[in-house]
Amino acid sequence: MGLLDFLRAKPRNSASVAKDRLRIIVAQERNGRGGPDYLPLLRSELLTVIMKYTKVDIEAVHIELDHEGGQDVLELSVTLPEHSPPAR
Amino acid sequence: MTEIIVVTSGKGGVGKTTTSASLATGLAQRNHKVAVIDFDIGLRNLDLIMGCERRVVYDFINVIHKEATLKQALIRDKRLDSLYILAASQTRDKEALTQDGVEQVLDELRQDEFDYVICDSPAGIERGAHLAMYFADRAVVVVNPEVSSVRDSDRILGLLSSKTRHGERGDGGVPAHVVVTRYHPEKVAEGDMLSLEDIEEILGLSILGVIPEHDSVLTSSNQGIPVIHNPDSHAGLAYEDLVARLFGEDRPMRFLDVPRKSLLKRVFGG
Repeated sequence: MGLLDFLRAKPRNSASVAKDRLRIIVAQERNGRGGPDYLPLLRSELLTVIMKYTKVDIEAVHIELDHEGGQDVLELSVTLPEHSPPAR
Repeated sequence: MTEIIVVTSGKGGVGKTTTSASLATGLAQRNHKVAVIDFDIGLRNLDLIMGCERRVVYDFINVIHKEATLKQALIRDKRLDSLYILAASQTRDKEALTQDGVEQVLDELRQDEFDYVICDSPAGIERGAHLAMYFADRAVVVVNPEVSSVRDSDRILGLLSSKTRHGERGDGGVPAHVVVTRYHPEKVAEGDMLSLEDIEEILGLSILGVIPEHDSVLTSSNQGIPVIHNPDSHAGLAYEDLVARLFGEDRPMRFLDVPRKSLLKRVFGG
């Protein structure tokens, strides 16, 4: 890194961004592994319905399959955006 | 006892064939009887990397279809007497590769007292990749320090534990080693490449070997000589270490340090 590079404000290094993104996607994909075959389709249909009624960012929707005491639990969590100001 | 080792990755172009060639060569250098099989039906390439492309008469599919015997199809390496190559077919018909056919070939290699069979998997997760890993006793998963390769290798690790004979028997699947190739210590130091620790953490597995990105990998493939034969190549030496670690030898990781830059370069860049 030269003097000029040093003066330029450097954004967060790209390797740590890569690591964070991988951690999330790998955990998500491991979670769906061994689950029922319809899970990916169910996931995308659920997302379609949520997008139809709300304006949430797709990244704010978490769909997870958990195994608890011999049972599969499908967990859906949606962080709704704050209320937008009423139309005038 | 014959041990079947699959070299796989999911993603293409990460160094599976280079790794298969050097791994097979390294095992043969230790006086083991080794066969290395190209499972990439339709896209034969291992023969080029091993430097025997002009000696291919019969291939893997010919043996499965009983158009040739295994003995006729195995090509003996020019440099090592105990190393044999079984080339992939150039046929476009991927259906030609069958589970029974693969099993028969592997059984015959067992009867011929091969110590190791290296299965060089094609990219992807289709038939060729599935059959390359299905009968394996051990896996070498080749990963590049790059997001798509790491994600794909995690997927492959999942398949190794479920969609293999060991996995179906419920004994935990195929034990896997991770090998990182095309590693740039400089880029890691600058924070622009995933480090070994990052990859270990994401995959939850320790790394068996690191092969640095090095020009010698290209020159070796140009010449058709597996890079492990080159004693001046860092990549070759790293492969040699990797083979030693498979036998439980304690070899510290090498070639991970960043060469020091001169003061001038550090101040002015470059």
